Formats: sequence, C-alpha cells, structure tokens
Amino acid sequence: MSATMTSPPRDRAEPRHAAPRRARRALGGRRWRALVGAAYATPTAVVVGLFFLVPLVLVGWMSLHRWPLLGKPTLNLPDNFTGIADDELVESAVWFTLKYTAVMTALLFVVAFGLALLVQHRRRGVGFLRTAFLLPMAVGFASASLLFLGLLSDEIGPVNDLLSWLGLVDGYVSWTSGSPETALGSAVVLVLWRFAGFNMLVLLTGLQAIPPDVYEAARIDGANRWQTFHRITLPLMRPTIALVLTVMSTGSLLAFDQFWILTRGGPDNSTTSLVMVIYREAFVRLDLGSAAGISVALLVVLVVVNVVQFRVLRRRSE
Amino acid sequence: MTPRGLRRTAVLAAGLLLLATTACGGGEEPTGAADDGTTLTLWTRAATESVSRAYADAYNAGHRNKVEVTAYPNEEYPAKLASAAGAKALPDLFAADVVFAAQYASRGLWADLTDRFAAFPEKDAMAPSHVKAATWEGRTYAVPHTIDLSVLFYDKGLYAKAGLDPAKPPTTLREFAEHARKVDQLGGDVHGTYFGGNCGGCVEFTLWPSVWAAGGDVLDDGGTHAKIDSAAMADVFALYRSLYEDGVAAPASKDEAGPTWLGALQAGTIGVAPGPSTWLDALAAKGIDVGVAPITGLTGGESTFVGGDTLGIGATSGKEAQAWDFLAWTMSEEAQVGVVAKNKGVPTRTDLAANEHSSADPRLVTVNGLVAKGRTPYAQNFNSSFNDPQSPWLKTVRGALFGDAATALAEGNAAITKSLQQG
Repeated sequence: MSATMTSPPRDRAEPRHAAPRRARRALGGRRWRALVGAAYATPTAVVVGLFFLVPLVLVGWMSLHRWPLLGKPTLNLPDNFTGIADDELVESAVWFTLKYTAVMTALLFVVAFGLALLVQHRRRGVGFLRTAFLLPMAVGFASASLLFLGLLSDEIGPVNDLLSWLGLVDGYVSWTSGSPETALGSAVVLVLWRFAGFNMLVLLTGLQAIPPDVYEAARIDGANRWQTFHRITLPLMRPTIALVLTVMSTGSLLAFDQFWILTRGGPDNSTTSLVMVIYREAFVRLDLGSAAGISVALLVVLVVVNVVQFRVLRRRSE
Repeated sequence: MTPRGLRRTAVLAAGLLLLATTACGGGEEPTGAADDGTTLTLWTRAATESVSRAYADAYNAGHRNKVEVTAYPNEEYPAKLASAAGAKALPDLFAADVVFAAQYASRGLWADLTDRFAAFPEKDAMAPSHVKAATWEGRTYAVPHTIDLSVLFYDKGLYAKAGLDPAKPPTTLREFAEHARKVDQLGGDVHGTYFGGNCGGCVEFTLWPSVWAAGGDVLDDGGTHAKIDSAAMADVFALYRSLYEDGVAAPASKDEAGPTWLGALQAGTIGVAPGPSTWLDALAAKGIDVGVAPITGLTGGESTFVGGDTLGIGATSGKEAQAWDFLAWTMSEEAQVGVVAKNKGVPTRTDLAANEHSSADPRLVTVNGLVAKGRTPYAQNFNSSFNDPQSPWLKTVRGALFGDAATALAEGNAAITKSLQQG
C-alpha cells in the first residue's frame, strides 16, 4: 500500500531520456513528497515512540536492575530472570494462563463465529440481534466484572435464587470462589458475554467481504451447505480469522481484570494469571525489577505466539 | 558604622537567621510557626477514612493549615502508593495499614521522624506496638493514627433464644465453640459463627489472638521466621475447622474474602463471631443487641490484634514542618478525646484509654482495655507473606481449615519463612 502511495504511476511513466534538469526537479518533488509524508507520520511516530517504545525500552532496562520505588537502581542481571524459574506462583500462573488462553480462545471463537453466521444475512430482526450481541461491549470491562461479581454473589445477586427456583442448584453455591472449575467458568462466561459481540462484528465484516458470486458459482456446481462453508467461507475468511484469533489469544494471555475483580486469583491460586503475578511483584512486593523481568519474558512469548500464528494462517491463505 | 562593619553585621545577622531556621527544621519550633496556611494532602484507605476525615475537619477548624483527605479503595491503596512513590509524587501525609508500615519505612516512602517524635512529650504513651511497627533500623517513620482491635461479637438476642446467658460471653475458645453450637441449634437461617476463610488478613486478625492468648507465637521478633507450625496454632485451626465441618459456621465462611464479612454479621443470623472493634456501631445500627468480649485462648487468657493505621510524612513532600504540626496535633489530648473517643474510637494514646466518652459505654471500656494486652505483628514482607490473596499464608489457612490439615502448617511455615526473607 505504501509503495503505491509514495510512487504514483505517473513518476514511473517518465521517459528515460528526460533532461537532467527535469530529473532534478522530479527528485526535488520526490524529496518534497517524502518530507510531507514524514510530516504526516510524525504525530503517530511521536505517540508510538513516547507511549510504546520508551516504556518498552524502560521495562527492558528495569528488568536488568534491582529497581527500588525511591532511590538509585543497581544492576543485578540476571537475578530478575533466574528468580522467575524459582517462583512456584509463576509456574502455576503460567500453566493456568495457557489453559485459560486455550479454553477462552476456542470458546470465544466458536461463539463469535456462530453469532456472525447467525446474523450474516439481512432478515427480519437481524438488526436488533446484531445490536443486542454488540451491546455488552459498551460496558467497561472492570465494570462488567463487578457486575458479574454482584450477580453471582450468594449474598446480593439474583442468579443463585433464580437457579434454586428452577431447581438447578440446592443450597449455598459460590460461583466465583467455590472451586477452581466454577471460578474459571464464571470468568469464561463473563468474557464471552463481554467480547463475543465485538468479535462477531469483526468476523461479520470478513463474511460480508466474500463476493456473493463465489457462493452462486458453488450453488450452481451443486455444493451443499457444509461444502460451501468448508471450501469457500473458511478459506476466504482466513485473514480475518487470523486477526481475530491473534487478538483473542493475546488478550487471554494478558488476562487480568476478570480474575483480579471476580476471583482474586482464587480459590487457592487456581485462577491467578501471569499478569496478576506481575502486579503482585510490582505493587505488593514493591519489586519493580522482578515485575519488569516477568513482563519481558511474557512479551517474548507474545511475540513468538503472534509470529507463529500469523505465519501459519497467512501461509495457508496465500 | 563603616560600610565594611555594616556588611559584617549583615552577614552575621543572616548567619544567625539561618541557624535559627535550621533549628526550627530540627523539630523544636513551637507548633504555631508551622501553622502558616499551607495546604496539606493526606491519603488514606477507605477502611479508616472516617477517622482521618474527623481528624482533618477538627484540625482545619482551628488552624490556618488545611488538610485535604483523599481516600482510596482498600485493595487498590497499596498500588496507588507504590505508583505515587515511583513517580516521586507522594502526598504530604499518608496513612498505611499498620502491618505494612515496616515495608514502607524500609523502602523510604516516609520521611524520618525520629528526632521530632523523640521530642514529643507523650511519646511513651503512644500505642507501643504501632510505634514499633513503624520503626525500621532504629528510626521512626510514622505515628499511630487509628486503632482497630479484633474482638468477639455476640448477639444477645440469639443467646437468649438459645438458652444462653446474654451477660456471660465465652471466656475460653472451647466455650466459644460450645456457645456457637448451641446458637446454631436454633436452625433456620441462624448459624453459630462466621469467619473469613478465604481472606488471609481476616484470619490472622481474628485467629492469632487465640494463639497469643494461649502463650503461643506466630512470628519471631524480627519478622523473618514464621512460627505457625505449633500446637497452639494447630489447636485453633482444628477448632474452627470442626465448626465449619459440622455446619455450625455459616457455609459462606469458606469463601468469605472480606468484602461481605460485615454484611454477613449485620444480617443478625450469627450467634458469636470475632471481628474488628470498629464494626460495633455498624452492627448496633442494624438493630442487633451486640455484646463485646475479648478473644480468648483455647483454655483461657485473652488477647487482640492491634490493627489500624499509622500516619507518616511522604518522603517527597517538602512540607515536613507543616505536616508534623498536623501529626503532633493528632496525638494531642484535644484530638484523642475530642475527636477519636468522642466518635467511639480507640485512642492511640494509652494514657487516655479511660476518658469521659468511653466511660459512658461499658463495651468501649472492654475494647480500650485490650490495647495493652494485644500485639501487632512486625515484618517487612508482611503484605506479600500474609495479606495478599496470593500469599503463602492464605494457602496455609485454606489447607488447615478445608484441606490437608496435617501437612498445611509444616509446609506453610517453610513457605512463609521463605517469603518473609525474600529481598
């Protein structure tokens, strides 16, 4: 895209035997255009530099030091990284975060894709359904977590009363901290409710970008619904699916709010995510160097996961 | 006088002035000098906000300096402080949970108050366990601000219904269990007792006094070794465990992480349970005829966890003299009796435990009298070892109360000691 923007066809069409003066002017023009382009890009570059690159470098630098809240940092390489390996909480948090990412990504994708297929075609009531599915996105994630905490509470929430009225539960049930399974389950339901609509929207744009004549051709060739889905929809959706899966898995690997608010990492640390451990290192143990060390390790994992994901999915789509 | 003589006199005068100013900085100034109309920011956590506000309002009414109080949710407060410290933008004054004081003092978040506090006339009357909590390597960094003690609350109405004498609260932990079982037999929504089984802070606050009352210990003096692998601790856990297993403790006790603890006691369906003394009013306000008794050991003795907040001057403040003016005032008789005791609080000064306000309510006399018998545990890594939801202590508590009790204390003791010694 950038190639077509910076070198329009008119330039390439210049005859080779043009006078040197014109060439110089053209060069000056190109330089001018490059300058204008750079000027347009500057605000973004400044924002990215200030709010992404500088903190990134700072975190990397902090991870090499013992970094007190006040006072001078001292170099302690590689303590912040070797400390990660010794920490049992980090180990359990890594396994939990991976498990959560796998479960969440799979479920969220299936639900979001299902919803997208459901509201793909213009029919009566589809507009209402699309809005209804997307609406939870308007609630802040922390607020949504608090909302679920209230709803699921045995003390103040209506969910338990409703379920026992229906005869589905008997007596006291604690959804958010009763057992590791229910705690994870309540967080999963929360994330599904909050994010399925948004991912549906992204997938929907992908679905609608598929030309109708491809489907028409398939129908003429006698393809059934499954074949159409399997041979046309899925392959043509690959770039969109790659994007959605990347966003989902990255978001899950960085999970924090839902567990911090809903389960506090419990019961018995069973829902403590890796970002919660980073938070604990920084704000409970006040060890900023160690927190930076784990952050850098997590960043490396994220980069690797994203590169692999994009390579696999893009290669197939090409 | 020659111009040279004039200059010499001027230099001498300036020198004297400088000396006088420096002496003032040393803490010997009369309080009036620092009351110069400065605005001071004070941060505190929601749990003790009302006391901090009462102090500030009374101080603002009689001083030119103005103290502005900002309160943060309890769980988010340590993070807020850490971020402010990292940005070198701490408030002029900030309160901290007394058990976190050693950590903040050791990290230099508070200005050194040693000389100023040493010059304070009633320093020896200040709650000693709070003063020790805010001491790091022999230097004082904060002063007692609010006191919250753990006590036993019992519902006199339920006691009467269950055939127990409302005038006779339990005098041993065994008796506490018997009373709880008796009240529990009333059935329906009523349960014998309640505790925060998924909250490290709640359990240490309410169960450790029973260990101390029995002559046991939980931590060594330096706060670097755990001592929970003891018969005294095991006995206390076993008693609470049996109450939960027999259904005497309300089933929500297992999952109680703190936020709904007060609500559960306010429901009026719990017979007898330990809790923070500051909840006395909140319980009475719900129409519960609540009795207060000391927390006891298995076979007798009594003790309490002296909790609450300490208040110090932010290390990055730059308004130390004015901030100290406020701190010194909060420790005065005027503030201790006129603000704290008047609002049914526990004075931070032991010499003012008996005062005109406390004598009006016998329950407050019980509470105030406990300060001298109680303890405040001291450890630099207290939060990460005991209070944090991911702490090894909470894991130990869960094991001892609901899991494998046989190994929980031994394994927990090693894990907590490791956490206490972490740099």
